[in-house]
Amino acid sequence: MLTDAGLNKVKEIVARYPEGKQKSALIPVLHLAQDELGWLSADTMDYVAALLQLEPVEVYEVATFYSMFHLKPVGRYLFEVCQTGPCMVSGADDIIGYIQQRLGINVGETTPDGLFTLKTVECLGACGYAPMMQLGKHYREHLTRERVDEIIEECRQKAGLLN
Amino acid sequence: MSVKLLLEKAHVEGIRSYDVYRREGGYRAVEKALKTMSPEAIVEEVKKSGLRGRGGAGFPTGMKWSFIAKPEGVPRHLVCNADESEPGTFKDRYLMEFLPHLLIEGLIISSFALGSNATYIYIRGEYAWIPDILEHAIREAKANGWLGKNILGTGFDLEIYVQRGAGAYICGEETALIESLEGKRGNPRIKPPFPAVKGVWDRPTVVNNVESLAAVVPIINIGAEEYAKIGVGRSTGTKLISACGNINKPGVYEIDMTISVEEFIYSDEYCGGIKNGKRLKACIPGGSSVPILPANLLLKTAKGETRYMNYESLSDGGFATGSMMGSGGFIVLDEDQCVVKNTYTLARFYRHESCGQCSPCREGTGWMEKILKKIDSGKGAMSDIDLLWDIQRKIEGNTICPLGDAAAWPVAAAIRHFRDEFEWHVKNPEECLVRNYGLAGYAEPRPIPA
Ligand SMILES: Cc1cc2nc3c(=O)[nH]c(=O)nc-3n(C[C@H](O)[C@H](O)[C@H](O)COP(=O)(O)O)c2cc1C
Ligand code: SF4
Ligand code: FES
Repeated sequence: MLTDAGLNKVKEIVARYPEGKQKSALIPVLHLAQDELGWLSADTMDYVAALLQLEPVEVYEVATFYSMFHLKPVGRYLFEVCQTGPCMVSGADDIIGYIQQRLGINVGETTPDGLFTLKTVECLGACGYAPMMQLGKHYREHLTRERVDEIIEECRQKAGLLN
Repeated sequence: MSVKLLLEKAHVEGIRSYDVYRREGGYRAVEKALKTMSPEAIVEEVKKSGLRGRGGAGFPTGMKWSFIAKPEGVPRHLVCNADESEPGTFKDRYLMEFLPHLLIEGLIISSFALGSNATYIYIRGEYAWIPDILEHAIREAKANGWLGKNILGTGFDLEIYVQRGAGAYICGEETALIESLEGKRGNPRIKPPFPAVKGVWDRPTVVNNVESLAAVVPIINIGAEEYAKIGVGRSTGTKLISACGNINKPGVYEIDMTISVEEFIYSDEYCGGIKNGKRLKACIPGGSSVPILPANLLLKTAKGETRYMNYESLSDGGFATGSMMGSGGFIVLDEDQCVVKNTYTLARFYRHESCGQCSPCREGTGWMEKILKKIDSGKGAMSDIDLLWDIQRKIEGNTICPLGDAAAWPVAAAIRHFRDEFEWHVKNPEECLVRNYGLAGYAEPRPIPA
C-alpha cells in the first residue's frame, strides 16, 4: 500500500528505537500513511499493524486518540482554523464565519466538489500571529477576509492545474 | 537593560545554517563541556545556575537531572519536550524554527551530562515543517563531528531523533509524552515511579522543555555564576515570553526577569501597548492554565507593589490575587473582550484535550464547557455560576495528572475576579446573543460592567 520510498522511510524510522520497540514507530508511520493515502481507512490501519507486527487494535486505539488522524476522507484542501482564546480575541470567529459563507459549508463539512473541508481546531502555537489556520504542512497566519479570498483562489487554481 | 542569551543571534542572516551558527561562536559550549568537564560537573553547573524548567512547572533543572537513576547496564534517555500546546505559548517554535543549532547544542551537552546516547525531540504534530529544519541541523551537526560516534574523541556517542506527535495537548505532560513516544495513546501514568527511574521503555528518562535545554548553552558559555547574576531571586537567567492578544507587537521576547509587567506591556521594546489605543482589561500571564488577572492586580500586587515578570512576583498573593509565570504565554485582553467567552473557549480546549482516564477531569471539563457555553449564549442562570465554582473545586487535586488543575484554575480565576461579568450575561441575555453569534458581532464594543 505504501510506496517504496514510504517503505524505506518506515525502515529508517524503526531503526531509531531499541530492538523490539518498533511500536514506537506507530505514530510516525501513521503520519506517513496518511500523507500518502489522504486518510486512514480500516484497511490502511490493518496494513500498518502488519508492517509493525502489532495487533490491529493497537493501531485503532492510537489512531482514534490523536486529532490529526483522519478516519474519514477529507477534502483536498483542509482548512483547520484555530478557535481557542488568543485567536478568538484576535477575530477568529469572524474568519470562521466568513469561510463558511464563502464555501457554503458549515464547520465539519466538505464542499460538494470535494475540494474543501472546514474544521475548527484548538490552539496551534501561532497565537501571536492570529487569526490563523493550518493548510497542509504549513500555517497561514494573520488571516483577514482578503487573505481568505486569496487562499481559496490559490487552492482552486492549484486544483485546476492538477486536474 | 536587556540581556540576550538565547535570542542574541536570532537576527543574524543565515543563522539557521551550521556555517553561520559556528562562525558566530556556536558549538563552543559543546567543546568546553565535553573536553573540560565531567558529566557530574555539568549537572553541578546547571544546579548552580538556578535554571528552572521553562515548560511550565519551574522545577529546578539541575536537581531534576541529579535524580536520574543509574542502574548498571541500563541505557538512559533524554527527551526534549517540544509538544508546546498550551494556548498562548509559541516560544519553543520560535527557537526551533530560527535557532535549531542552539537546541541541538543544548541537547548534546545535556545528553552528555545525563549519559543519554539516544535523545528524542518529541514535537507536536502540527509543527509539521519544523522536523525538516531540525533534521537538517542534525545532519549538519553530524557531518561536522558533533554527533555520532566518539564525539570530539571523548568516547561519547550520541544520536538525536525527531518524533512527531499527532495532535494531543496531553502529550506535553511528561508521562503522557513517554507513552506517546512508545507508540501508545497519550494517557498519563500514575507516579511514582517517576520517569527518572522508569521512563521510556522502562529506562531512566529525563524530560525537559526546549527552552530549558537551550539555556544550558549560555550557562556553559558564561558559567553558572554569571548566569545566576542575571535576573532576581530564584528567577535566574532569561526567559522567553510569547506575547499575544490585543497588543501592538505580538511576538517572542527574551526578558531578564527584572522588568515590570507594566514595562513589558507598554514599552516599545516589547508589546508596544494595547492595540487601537484601547485600555487593558485583563491578562493571562503564563499560558492558558494560569489564573487570569484584572488590570489592577496585574500591574500591582494586592499590597500595591509593582509586579514584575518573574516567578516570585507573578505568583505573589497566591491564587487569591496573583497568578503564575507558567510557560510564559502572555495573553492580553483589551477592554472590549469578554472574559466569559474567553473562559468558555479555554474550557472547550481542556474538555477536548482531557485524556478521559479520571472521572473528575473527564466529566468536569465537559460540564464546565457546557455551563460556560450556556452562560455565554445568554441562557445561564445565577445558580450556574455557583455550580461552575463547585465543579472546578471538585476537579482540582483529584486527578492523575495536572491537566485537571489546569482546566479548573482558569475558570476559578475568571469567576473570582470577573463575577460581575458572569452576572451581566445572566441579566442581559439578548445582548450577549448579538455579541457572540453575529458573524463579526463579537468584535462590537460593549460596556464593561461596573
Ligand atoms: C497537561 C500538561 C501539558 C504540558 N505541556 C507541556 C508542553 O507542551 N511543553 C513542555 O515543555 N512541558 C509541558 N508540560 C510540563 C511537563 O510535564 C514537564 O514538566 C516539562 O516538560 C519538564 O520540563 P522542564 O522542567 O524543562 O520545564 C505539561 C504538563 C501538563 C500537566
Ligand atoms: S487529569 Fe485529565 S488528562 Fe490528566 S490523566 Fe486525568 S483525565 Fe487524563
Ligand atoms: S490560540 Fe490560535 S494558535 Fe494559539
